[in-house]
Amino acid sequence: MKAMTSPKSRGSYGLSLLLRILVWAAGMITLGIFCCLLGYMLMKGLPHLSWDLFSPIYTSENVSLFPALINTVTMTLFSLLLAVPVGILSAVYLVEYAKRGNKLVKVVGIAAETLSGIPSIVYGLFGMLFFVTTLKWGYSLIAGAFTLGIMILPLIMRTTEEALRSVPDSYREGSFGLGAGKLRTVFRIVVPAAMPGIASGVILAIGRIVGETAALIYTAGTVAAIPEGMFSSGRTLAVHMYALYSEGLHMDKGYATGVVLILLVVLINCAASLIAKFIGRGGRA
Amino acid sequence: MVKKKEAIMHVVILISTCVCIVAVLLICLFLLMSGVPAIAKIGPFRFFAGTVWRPDHEIFGILPMILGSLYVTAGAILVGVPIGVLTAIYMARFCPPALYRILHPAVSLLAGIPSVVYGFFGLMVLVPLTRNLFGGNGSSILTASLLLGIMILPTIISVSEASLRAVPQSYYEGSLAMGATHEESVFRAVVPAAKSGILSAVVLGIGRAVGETMAVVMVAGNQARLPTGVLRGVRTLTANIVLEMGYAADLHREALIATGVVLFVFILLTNLLFSLLKRGRKE
Repeated sequence: MKAMTSPKSRGSYGLSLLLRILVWAAGMITLGIFCCLLGYMLMKGLPHLSWDLFSPIYTSENVSLFPALINTVTMTLFSLLLAVPVGILSAVYLVEYAKRGNKLVKVVGIAAETLSGIPSIVYGLFGMLFFVTTLKWGYSLIAGAFTLGIMILPLIMRTTEEALRSVPDSYREGSFGLGAGKLRTVFRIVVPAAMPGIASGVILAIGRIVGETAALIYTAGTVAAIPEGMFSSGRTLAVHMYALYSEGLHMDKGYATGVVLILLVVLINCAASLIAKFIGRGGRA
Repeated sequence: MVKKKEAIMHVVILISTCVCIVAVLLICLFLLMSGVPAIAKIGPFRFFAGTVWRPDHEIFGILPMILGSLYVTAGAILVGVPIGVLTAIYMARFCPPALYRILHPAVSLLAGIPSVVYGFFGLMVLVPLTRNLFGGNGSSILTASLLLGIMILPTIISVSEASLRAVPQSYYEGSLAMGATHEESVFRAVVPAAKSGILSAVVLGIGRAVGETMAVVMVAGNQARLPTGVLRGVRTLTANIVLEMGYAADLHREALIATGVVLFVFILLTNLLFSLLKRGRKE
């Protein structure tokens, strides 16, 4: 036994131990950060969650987050309405229609990559310059929704593209073999088969919209009421939370808003993992 | 009839495909159109190398903000990359399955938490913490780096973990068969094979840290002057825009848009780096 533990192997045993301690420590730090963040927000926020916060009209006394919640839902729906059809159609073009070596595919790929890297404050600037000022929409839900629509477009495009590519060619061949045209094959056979993948992209996009602040402050504005229409200003939950911070008067309500936001994110993540499981089973419920 | 429908749909599909290109062109056009004349009016040298930002005196030098963004991003990388990459290695190769079932959803939840929530956490926990430990008023480069380091963790972890899992099992087994320990095999055979994936995770993290706005505004102090130490307050490019856009007018407003242009160029450069890395991996 003694002969086997040469100095070299003892050294490498020490190194292995060190590495193991390092990776365990890193894993525990990550878990610790997660627990601190979640625990702190819940501890500070849950006691302030009251029915008052959900009263339908915002006053400076109840600091209701209900209008912001409604705005978040409206904003999400409208942005998706804009981005999802365009995203799916472009992915259909890239996967089903474009021929090999098509120049447009390359350009669209570069454009989508550029869009996905642009920080949200730059989207906010653009939205302010284009939708708010040039098109004269003013600070409005519709300007915010268009800005966010562009922001989530590359996300939806990429996930749809991947989902379409994973549909086996036999589906297409079978459909063509039965005499269906290109259009029918794509929209009756291929796209429905890719639905779970597309849905997971949409859910990711919802997550981004719900958490967005910087792109909305100067496009949708910060009015704390349920707007009368798409052309009036309204704040979403995340913007509401930032506004509470910058006013500095109702930090406790800010925590409560944070808890509502975290709950929304948890819900979105659960939906995403359910869909992932569904895909993992080969798309059979 | 069917032919006609097919042709119409083909056109519709082509148009939607071009939306993405049009969006990029519009963004470039509008930012450059308002930003570049402002840079010309202020003078490129005085804009990029000017150390004083006094909008009320029409002095617009953004060097403090450029340096601020660089320092804070570098700090975030120092904090986030070691922890993130080691956590990814832990999750891919060391973690017991029971713990993985907690850690994996935890990381995806961290990825989904909005930046304002991180900002609140930073303001209420990290700022007092650095104030008590290191002195100063707490809103500093250090605090911003810590918070951004935490925020880029999920990006780095998930991308690195995916690239570690993509390494063929035979690499690891071959190394074990040569007599190396589990740890040595992971660090000497698996990690080097996943190197380019881990690098692109770092570049993605840089992109997120440079572009982050709300959380930084809440913890960095936002003083528009040259930072002199890690415990001093700092203002980033993103913070400069979001703080002053609300009331800016004329040249001030254009100078802020020009700040956006600088930020945009920064991001284009990191994107370029990212796609070069990706191309390198494919070959």
